[in-house]
Amino acid sequence: MTPDSSALVLLVDDYPDNRDIYVQFLTYSGLRVEEAENGHQALDKAFTLRPDVIVMDLSLPGLDGWEATRRLKRDPRTREIPVIALTGHALAGHSKGALDAGCDAFITKPCLPERLLEEIRAILAAARPRAGDATA
Amino acid sequence: MPSPRTADSVSRSGGLDGGAAAAGRLELLEGLLAAGDPTRCAQRALSWLQRRGVRRGVCLAAYADGEPRLLPVASLGVSGERIERFSVDLELEDHPLTRALLASGPSLIASNGIGATPLGRGDVQAIPLAPLHPRDLPAGLLLVAPPSPTLTREARWLGRVLGPRLAALIAAVRLEESERRLQRERGLLASIINAVTDPILLTDGDGRIIIANARAETLLATDDDQSEGRRRAVALNNMLFSAALTRHAIEGAAAPRHEVPLVDPVDGSDLLFELLSTMTTNAREGTGIVSILRNVTDLQRATVELEDNYRKLRQTEADARAERDRLDLVIDSVADPIIVTDPGGVTVMMNAPAERLFTAPESAGPETLRLVQANDAHFSSFVSNLFFEGDALRRSGSIGLVDPASGAALPMEAISGKIVSALGEVTALVTILHDRTEELERARLFEELKNASAELEQKVREATAELVRQNELLRRSHIALEQASALKSQFLANMSHEFRTPLNAILGYTSMLLKGISGELSPHQRRNLERIDSNSQHLLSIINDILDITRIEAGKMPLTVAEFPMAELIREVLAEVEPLIARSKLTVTTQVDGALPPLRSDRQKVKQIVINLLTNALKFTPQGWVTVTAVGEPERGRVAIAVADSGIGISPKDQEVIFEDFRQADDSPTRQYTGAGLGLAICRRLASMLGGELTVRSALGEGSTFALRLPWAPGDGH
Repeated sequence: MTPDSSALVLLVDDYPDNRDIYVQFLTYSGLRVEEAENGHQALDKAFTLRPDVIVMDLSLPGLDGWEATRRLKRDPRTREIPVIALTGHALAGHSKGALDAGCDAFITKPCLPERLLEEIRAILAAARPRAGDATA
Repeated sequence: MPSPRTADSVSRSGGLDGGAAAAGRLELLEGLLAAGDPTRCAQRALSWLQRRGVRRGVCLAAYADGEPRLLPVASLGVSGERIERFSVDLELEDHPLTRALLASGPSLIASNGIGATPLGRGDVQAIPLAPLHPRDLPAGLLLVAPPSPTLTREARWLGRVLGPRLAALIAAVRLEESERRLQRERGLLASIINAVTDPILLTDGDGRIIIANARAETLLATDDDQSEGRRRAVALNNMLFSAALTRHAIEGAAAPRHEVPLVDPVDGSDLLFELLSTMTTNAREGTGIVSILRNVTDLQRATVELEDNYRKLRQTEADARAERDRLDLVIDSVADPIIVTDPGGVTVMMNAPAERLFTAPESAGPETLRLVQANDAHFSSFVSNLFFEGDALRRSGSIGLVDPASGAALPMEAISGKIVSALGEVTALVTILHDRTEELERARLFEELKNASAELEQKVREATAELVRQNELLRRSHIALEQASALKSQFLANMSHEFRTPLNAILGYTSMLLKGISGELSPHQRRNLERIDSNSQHLLSIINDILDITRIEAGKMPLTVAEFPMAELIREVLAEVEPLIARSKLTVTTQVDGALPPLRSDRQKVKQIVINLLTNALKFTPQGWVTVTAVGEPERGRVAIAVADSGIGISPKDQEVIFEDFRQADDSPTRQYTGAGLGLAICRRLASMLGGELTVRSALGEGSTFALRLPWAPGDGH
């Protein structure tokens, strides 16, 4: 198992079919994927599993994606984990709000699985030194 | 004259010794000389004679009054009655005494001549008195009863010494009397001429004043002690007077009047005299001129004043007449009727408007007469009320009159005023009537206007209230609309999110199937999946358009301005639309001005617009060509990107419709061309955001040209 293929993606989305698509495609593409369907679950899994990257749908019931991201970025355990925001909210302000909350990238839905994969790979490549440090 | 013999005889006469007789004569002579008047002188002489022994009375007659007659001067022993009656007229030559007087010596008058002397019965010896001058007649007669020879001597002596003395005394008395008379006459004359207030003067041939009355002296004579001014005035007067006299002498009596202007030396006032002068010739005084100056100053002044007064009177009369004419004119020109009534209620005067009310023309019918009489009755009643009201000087009130000509009612306002004489009695009453018809009409109109105004005001108030209400409604609906708009934007944002989530799944699954992740696909399956994919893509583009509109309307469309070359952008557009071009079989050409400088704008938005325009052109052009050109318009600081086609064209009425939201030129349900109809609406909004404009030039069947004009940089251009 190469370090690349063994990267763990935490996919947070409340819409099961979208999770299903991205899980199928990312798994098919050789990545490990963990799912969370709301903010609290996402925080729990992030703190316990320490994923390599988190794909965060912003519109979540209960604790939403922005707040969840802010908490992740405030916590030393998860501060370094890159967060890719994924939202169907395309109005101006959404992307800025996401970046303000601490997201490292922003993707608008609809987003084809291969587009998401490209983004994850780019983020992981950028985060390589940290991953290397972590394994070291 | 005494002779020595006579003296001798005296000395021998009587029983007296010669010395005593001489002393008696001397004493008599002294007494005669001492006597101041003829009577006393004569009485001393008679007394002396009586002492010498004369009896039976003695009388002395003389020329006592200057007349040729003898009058008794003194007597002794003669009855007073006889003496008083005694007078001898010497014109009577036969009178014994006349003859005795002319006799050279004593005459004896016989007793038969009783009555000729005052001595009564018996003979009378008349001894003439010696005259003052020897040539003169005797001064008088001494009448004595015939004495003794001694006494006769004595008497004759007495006649000689007494005569001259007596004559001298009588003459002196008479002279004195005559002088006194002359003096009195002169005084009277002076009083008379001085009493004349007009100057009177007598001048000699050289003009020197001989006699002047007081008034003339005041004017023409001067003393040294008079003031300088007065002396000058007198000198001037003399000059003026001389000149007048000369003129008078030359012109003579032919001149009607000679006026001499003089100056009053006392007060300096101007005086005017009329000169009347007469030449007089007097044997002693020679030729002189008597002048009377008649003072006509006052006369002239009076004449002038009279003329002046007369002129003034005439002027006043003319003024009064003019005033009266003017008053008549004024009164007649006043439109309001004016009536002057005397205290008896009789109309004294009225102006033309009043005449129309209170008099009827001769041709008037009975109705007019009746109306005139009614007016008169109303007016009389009003006027008599004022007279009865006592002290009130004015009264105003309303009288309802009628126009006799038309029968129309004339509501009149009457103002009456009493004219009161200085004695406080009412002499007349002046009444002015004022037609209130118009006033009442105006008042009525004003009232109507006021009501209308009030009504209008009410309406305005209501309308204002309604407007306020409407405004409030509008405000609320505006708020509601804003809220609705915000809600709509929010809704659309939410909807687009909600659309995207399932669409994301559809596109995702389709993509994975087409990639063969789920296994190999048959060509038929692949074709159907591709249809699903393209429809999903179309759906996504519609949702994106809606999202764009929503963003623009909500002001949430961010601009990202950067510099980019136009040619590169056109190439990208063509590349992007290449699949459509390939399918269209149209000739697509591009023409970009090589000299165009880079454009500074939102690259993404410009590209979106050009893609849209090109897509539309390809869509609505069945055959022929499509060209994309980009040229600079430096004079307006902008670039024009035009997409022209040989397509179906757009009718003029549709050329604006196509820019509206969700509209196509063909809006019918059975329209041939698909699309949400949001493309051009978005393009125009974007062009506007970039400071540019999007226009169309087209005709049905002749293709269309869409032109996007953008400033070199946002904020540039117009």
